[in-house]
Amino acid sequence: MSERKIRVLVAKPGLDGHDRGAKVIARALRDAGMEVIYTGLRQTPEMIAAAALQEDVDAVGVSILSGAHNTLCPRIVQLLRERGMDDCLVLVGGIVPKEDVPRLKEQGVAAVFLPGTSTEDIVVYLRENVRPRT
Amino acid sequence: MPETKEIAAPEQAAVERWEQETLEPVLRKRPERQESFETVSLEPVNRLYTPADLDDIDFTRDIAFPGEFPYTRGIHPTGYRGKLWTMRQFAGFGTPEETNARFKYLMKQGQTGLSVAYDLPALMGFDADDPVSEGEVGKCGVAVSSLADMEVLFDGIPLEQVTVSQTINAPASVLLAMYLVVAEKQGVDFRKISGTLQNDILKEYIAQKEWIYPIRPAMKLVIDTFEFCTQHVPKYNPISVSGYHIREAGATALQELAFTLRDGIEYVEWGVAAGLEVDVFVPRLSFFFNAHNDFFEEIAKYRAARRIWSTTMRERFGARDPRTMQMRFHTQTAGVSLTVQQPLNNIVRVAIQALAGMLGGTQSLHTDAYDEALALPTDKAALIALRTQQIIAEETGIAHTVDPLGGSYYLESLTQEMVDGTLDYFNKIDSMGGMVGAIEKGFPQREIQESAYQYQKAVERGEQTIVGVNKYAMEEESSDILTLVIDEGVHDRQVERLERTRTERDQGAVANSLEKLKLAAQTGDNTMPATIEAVRAYATLGEICDALRDVYGLYEEPAF
Repeated sequence: MSERKIRVLVAKPGLDGHDRGAKVIARALRDAGMEVIYTGLRQTPEMIAAAALQEDVDAVGVSILSGAHNTLCPRIVQLLRERGMDDCLVLVGGIVPKEDVPRLKEQGVAAVFLPGTSTEDIVVYLRENVRPRT
Repeated sequence: MPETKEIAAPEQAAVERWEQETLEPVLRKRPERQESFETVSLEPVNRLYTPADLDDIDFTRDIAFPGEFPYTRGIHPTGYRGKLWTMRQFAGFGTPEETNARFKYLMKQGQTGLSVAYDLPALMGFDADDPVSEGEVGKCGVAVSSLADMEVLFDGIPLEQVTVSQTINAPASVLLAMYLVVAEKQGVDFRKISGTLQNDILKEYIAQKEWIYPIRPAMKLVIDTFEFCTQHVPKYNPISVSGYHIREAGATALQELAFTLRDGIEYVEWGVAAGLEVDVFVPRLSFFFNAHNDFFEEIAKYRAARRIWSTTMRERFGARDPRTMQMRFHTQTAGVSLTVQQPLNNIVRVAIQALAGMLGGTQSLHTDAYDEALALPTDKAALIALRTQQIIAEETGIAHTVDPLGGSYYLESLTQEMVDGTLDYFNKIDSMGGMVGAIEKGFPQREIQESAYQYQKAVERGEQTIVGVNKYAMEEESSDILTLVIDEGVHDRQVERLERTRTERDQGAVANSLEKLKLAAQTGDNTMPATIEAVRAYATLGEICDALRDVYGLYEEPAF
């Protein structure tokens, strides 16, 4: 039986249009054999949660550089849980001050990747932490 | 007549002799550090450049004298001996009161021009109380929703004396109108106002992606500002054609140069089609480039930019006025090159990038603060950034002579490569129906994405070094620098002023002016007079943009 490919939604919430990181990550995950869906820019947390459910993803990678992470990321986690996606990992990348990381994690964010992270580290993290499904 | 060539190329035989007699024995003993060397744009760099590399370059035609066509060596015959570049630090955060205080602080420290950073809601044409603005008010720049905010922002700053640059694009015509009305209230004649509006919508679709309307009506708004400024605000630069954001999004130096200049051509074509005279409006178009890490590549880029622009204006558009052919540009050091790790290292990066901008002959410069990979800069970080410019300007002697690196075999050869590569891109983009056509096909967007990915891979393979990140990293890093925190009360304070403004204004005047604006947009009339009227009546940024959204619709980015 072939293993199910890891499915990831790469999401850009908020008004920020800087999508260089999101697109580099999307391509790196694809090159690593994952299935990647990119939401496009300026998605609300509701749109992101709906897309995650519809695409039945294992993880949502949220890219945010504007400083609105404390408002938007916990809401994305909450909406996913309300839709019963308890195992869906929420990863955050972008400009996030270190001091904000513990609070984001308390609110259900699985991991925060700060600038300078290699795409390989994110691939490894997903392979190790996505719960296998058949 | 002897050819005007400064240096005779060495015979090929002489180069071969050097290779055999001097180079080879050394290479056998000690191979080079790498098999090949590349610029930060992943372009190959040769071991040595000699006059042989300048074979196709003619001094009189291609390099010439500063202040003369093709302006490779600069647009002023005296370089910086007459006047240094303008030190223009980009600033904006929190409320208009906070940013006003930062402006005054920077001016007191010797800064010579202002540059406004607006927050994301303003950049996208939303008011502070719009639901989509939640979490974003005052975060990436100063919050401005109406003339009332703009009055506070420039309180006590004489707009007749200070040149102000505004980084605003999709809603640029509205912010220009607000600026003009503030000046008017200060009693300043429009004809005396100088400054710059970024207003470069093409690079938004290409790279920065803060758009509102579809491309063609958005271009019409830009041309409206050209027309209006040509007639009423003749000393104002209605656009800053920007490569900065194209580079930050991942473009190579060559792509930054080529796409920016091709954007410039597109604006000139649209202006000409609207009936504007090349020698009347083009002298007021300004440019904006990035200063990245690869020192010589950057300097070559600026020198090539001037050569290509002057030649294109003369040959493609029949320009006659030298001012039409003289490219003036602003430079900002590369935000994307700054690291979170060991943040004080960024001071060094910025100094070297700034030096490249100066040696490239920039008219004005913003130096990034060392903490900008973490947050918006603190007063302390912003001050060191300004001092960096002052130290280079006044202690190093680089401003004492014009184009000090001109004539370097490497630099002149790189400059020529930049020119040739740009002209190749022009041909490709011309064949797609110009830049608007190319953007609709996703061409520049895909080129940039590809370069961003290749660069990331090169960093991960260790072929491109980032000190403190993929080399010389430290396990236990002290993060003892203080960063600027935008307090969450900004949103509430801004919403409060917005509500007061909405209550106190003449509602009839607002409604009328917005109807007039819609009508102008529908009929294709110039939208600036109606925009100014709406601003005077305290219509908000969101309301004015909504009126235009109703007529023009919204841009949807195709997938590519």
